Amino acid sequence: MVKSDVAQEPYGPEHEPETEWMELNMGPHHPSTHGVLRVRLKLDGEIVRDADADIGYLHTGFEKSFEDKTYTQGITFSDRMDYLAPPINNVGFVSAVEKLIGVDVPPRAQAIRVIMMELARVSSHELWLGTTGLDLGVYSGFFYAWRDRDLALDLNEAYSGVRMMTSFTRVGGVAWDLPEGWLDQLQRFIDVMPGRIDDFESMLTDNPIWRQRTEGVGVISREDAIEAGVTGPVLRASGVDYDVRKAFPYCGYEQYDFEVPVGTNGDCYDRYRMRVAEMRQSLRILQQAVDNLPDGPWLTADRKVALPPRAELSKSMEAVIHHFRLVSEGFKGPVGDVYAFVESPRGELGFYLVSDGTNKPYRMKVRPPSFCNLQALKKLVQGVLVADVIAIMGSLDFILGDCDR
Amino acid sequence: MSVKTTDTLVQRIGDRFKQALQESSDFRGDLSVVVEPAVVVDLARYLKADEGFDYLLYATAVDWPARDPRFTVVWEVRSLADKTRIRIKTTASMPDPHVPSLTSVWPAANWHERETWDLLGIRFDSHPDLRRILMPETWEGFPLRKDYVSFGEPVIFSDQKLEGLEPDAIRG
Repeated sequence: MVKSDVAQEPYGPEHEPETEWMELNMGPHHPSTHGVLRVRLKLDGEIVRDADADIGYLHTGFEKSFEDKTYTQGITFSDRMDYLAPPINNVGFVSAVEKLIGVDVPPRAQAIRVIMMELARVSSHELWLGTTGLDLGVYSGFFYAWRDRDLALDLNEAYSGVRMMTSFTRVGGVAWDLPEGWLDQLQRFIDVMPGRIDDFESMLTDNPIWRQRTEGVGVISREDAIEAGVTGPVLRASGVDYDVRKAFPYCGYEQYDFEVPVGTNGDCYDRYRMRVAEMRQSLRILQQAVDNLPDGPWLTADRKVALPPRAELSKSMEAVIHHFRLVSEGFKGPVGDVYAFVESPRGELGFYLVSDGTNKPYRMKVRPPSFCNLQALKKLVQGVLVADVIAIMGSLDFILGDCDR
Repeated sequence: MSVKTTDTLVQRIGDRFKQALQESSDFRGDLSVVVEPAVVVDLARYLKADEGFDYLLYATAVDWPARDPRFTVVWEVRSLADKTRIRIKTTASMPDPHVPSLTSVWPAANWHERETWDLLGIRFDSHPDLRRILMPETWEGFPLRKDYVSFGEPVIFSDQKLEGLEPDAIRG
């Protein structure tokens, strides 16, 4: 009997024979690109030697559009960029405007913002779990993730009337108070989610196939991660303890007791662990926010930036004037430039706002976390097998709407 | 806006770069310095090596058509250890606005500078890969310049030919 020597042959990228390089277009319509992204891969057999991400397919010119709209009108643009975490974009945008003009946000509004942002974080990470699992062959996980994410979207809908594009912030607060019974619905969400996350973890965390596909794949060291400018869970998975909520607390995050999970290996598996742990921390924050929700107004009393309540309009001439001014031309900001930033599920989302003293931004530059993380793709995929590109792209969790703006 | 002697970081930059430091400001807690284009790379190296600014946040530019020089180019960097930020600004003038690239100091500037070239037409000298990034490679013009009118793109319908559409006529 002839003994096959195939089994003894060493296997892996470093043992593949050298071949002529081939260029392969991955995308623009590839299921794992989550949006429209084209990656030009240079392949040496099964090994990726170089990659060039071609972005811009979803470029809609939001930064230009901001220049044409007043500060209040701009809020609706902000949530259309990162469509998986719209409330966080809303808060990021208004915090830049609030920083520019110097408005105080009432405590209840801050707590409502925190609730909406953490809900968005949970729902975004849920979707990430589902789709990345789908990319790597965990088909059933997708349906569980979608079911759980829907609970968060139901809460969005009950609060703002819209499932995704909430546009719920206003400069100086939020647009509406929480509706009756909403907190009970949120409490049910907080109660049911830990079990659902446990289900997911029991499916993935110790799953040998999942671990083989993700452990040691797409490793980026601490130094390289900082140099490449990656952010969010990708940066933290490499061991950098940096979360905007802890480092530069906004919206009263300093009052909440939560931990920032930090990884050690910087591989796809660690990025997965970061996101699952973050979901649990978000639920902790949500519970504290529900328990300690302050009473009081949800919008600033500063009539120069915030609309007067409807009841005042029939009694006060001044309120009518303020209403008219705010609706017709908005409010003006001082001359200057500010940078305000929040922690989105994908990392640090920043808004660099330049004002020339008018009622519109003179220039609005968005620092999208997806853009920064996707930039590291070239470095991450060099020398890996083609199949691992899918795992690495999934683990970066980029949203092309956020990346291309 | 004047150079504040109380701020030690700005003071140290002032001591080192003398007249090249044109302005500094501390608006709403955001520190920014305006320097001559010639010293941008030296300033960046100094900030990274001696002051610990290891993380680049973004790079962009602002178009001021009435000013000369017309463009303000902005990089913002952070020190992850000290939790401080500084905004580096310099200027570029028409007809060929160009500034040194900071990719040699902070590699993360690569895509951000490409985007600035793409949308505002600022050339970054010695950038390793200065191509358009968001717009198609064949695109003409720089959309984020103030003289580029919004909603001015020609739309070609199936029964129309490209020759029949004058982009300038549409932009009015």
